[in-house]
Amino acid sequence: MKKLFALVDCNNFYASCERVFKPKLEGKPIVVLSNNDGCIIARSAEAKALGIPMGQPEFMTRELVKQHHVKVFSSNYALYGDMSARVMQILATFSPGIEVYSIDEAFLDLSNLLSQDLQQHAMKLCQTVVKWTGIPVSVGIAPSKTLAKLANRMTKKSGEKQAVAILQDTKEIEDILARTKVGDVWGIGKRNAHKLAGFGIHTALDLAQASDAFVKKHLTVVGLRTAKELRGEPCIELEQTPDSKQNICTSRSFGNPTTNLEHIQEATAYYATLCAAKLRRQQSCAKVLTVYLQAYPFKNKPAYYNSKTIMLPVATNSTLELIKYANMALKPLYKKGYRYKKSGVIVSEICPQANAQLPLLDTIDRSKHQRLMQAVDSINSTWGRDTVTTAAQGVYDQEKRPNPWEMKSMYRSERYTTHLNELLCVQA
Amino acid sequence: MRESPCTLQTNIPLPFEILSLQEESDLELPLMQSCVAAGFPSPADNYLEDHVNLQRLLISNPSATYLVRVRGESMIDARLYDGDLLVVDRSLEAQSGQVIIGVVDGEFTVKQLVLRGDVFYLQPANQQYPPLKLTDEMDFKPWGVVVWSLHKIKRNL
Repeated sequence: MKKLFALVDCNNFYASCERVFKPKLEGKPIVVLSNNDGCIIARSAEAKALGIPMGQPEFMTRELVKQHHVKVFSSNYALYGDMSARVMQILATFSPGIEVYSIDEAFLDLSNLLSQDLQQHAMKLCQTVVKWTGIPVSVGIAPSKTLAKLANRMTKKSGEKQAVAILQDTKEIEDILARTKVGDVWGIGKRNAHKLAGFGIHTALDLAQASDAFVKKHLTVVGLRTAKELRGEPCIELEQTPDSKQNICTSRSFGNPTTNLEHIQEATAYYATLCAAKLRRQQSCAKVLTVYLQAYPFKNKPAYYNSKTIMLPVATNSTLELIKYANMALKPLYKKGYRYKKSGVIVSEICPQANAQLPLLDTIDRSKHQRLMQAVDSINSTWGRDTVTTAAQGVYDQEKRPNPWEMKSMYRSERYTTHLNELLCVQA
Repeated sequence: MRESPCTLQTNIPLPFEILSLQEESDLELPLMQSCVAAGFPSPADNYLEDHVNLQRLLISNPSATYLVRVRGESMIDARLYDGDLLVVDRSLEAQSGQVIIGVVDGEFTVKQLVLRGDVFYLQPANQQYPPLKLTDEMDFKPWGVVVWSLHKIKRNL
């Protein structure tokens, strides 16, 4: 059966999320900063037009920002995550097969729609998403995922903004491939593009027309799949069930660089808490824990990076246990005289909770731990993240005793859809 | 009659029925409860019914539903008071007579949408506030339709 895929992409997703709840910003330039307000990770179309580059450190853009009244936001992942989930739920009603590819992109299987009017179906999808969520989306439709990605790019390139692009006609596909640089093809990347240029392969069409043996030799079977996809032979299936994560990492820069071990311990305990909660959410346990610590170069000292890995006696997802071991791993990493900027906790060798083996001599009452963690999770899911925390994270108060290691997010908008006390207010 | 400024042209039929996907329900109130007397099976057992689910009652389309808070007095005659929570469904088409969330000059407002003759108005429910006539030149956009208002009776809880 002939296949047909769509790639649905939310336009300037983070900026669009902010606009849904601040319609005043319609048509105005917006940028969104990375964690800790470091650099620019998202821009509205207007900000792109001003020439504000992606990835630029925040302080380097201050002049442009001031001059053009660019609205700056700290990243608000509570909001973006919730809006993304809404968009994906709506998309799921337009196709029985959906692969959530990233926070703002999804592949849909539209193979069973061949006889329907594709254009209308896709338009209806765009209209529904924008009406229900306020997020504008664009859709690229083609016989393979790689071509659907290309079709989606077309919607952005075309001068008159069109939300839907369909690539089905062989001649048309060739035309587009001839105009696409091979490095812009999904899955090729800069390094491969450089390598291919040496063989005179510059466009996507060149790659599609290369022999299987040549592609396989230089780009392995992965590249061969891409080449076939460009020819319109679907080789990459939808991945509909997300794999449980093989390792989980939580790391953040401290709000301010610190020399204080206690602060680093608190922050690291917090990251361990987040790892534990993620493990429990996917009903798994971890057997190995790694902590790393990183410092800036300071005075005469060079930069510092060190990490320590601990094999846990029993695979666990208990916050209390992970904090204990994270602290054990952290302590030997700490050396006086450095200004530390970041620490992180990585848990790995992850196994299903049901398979976690118990040792013969166990000193921990695990069922009690488990009940406690269930209670904590249920309180935090009802009343909001961090309602109940461990003392190891320190106790802070926004006004009286601000947290010294917490990430900076000076320009964060309200978490409109996930926090009862930050809801949108409407004037009556 | 003029077309409502709030209707989107979405009359293309869908090949699938739109189902609401998410039915998280932490909040379930038992509809019937009977004490069990030892030894006797409860005669009510055969009548045990499903639970009342507030979530399901208030939110029929989770991915299009948003909670917002009322600020101000202009809707008090419609029993929307300062501080109340509104359940807003963006998937519904705003029609005359409904209470809607609209955006006027980039600001959110909650008012009743009213059609008089062939002109739409944003109508407050408080005599001290004037209605706002919706003209073509105006910067107005519908944002959602209010389906429930949640007013807390016992304030000191």
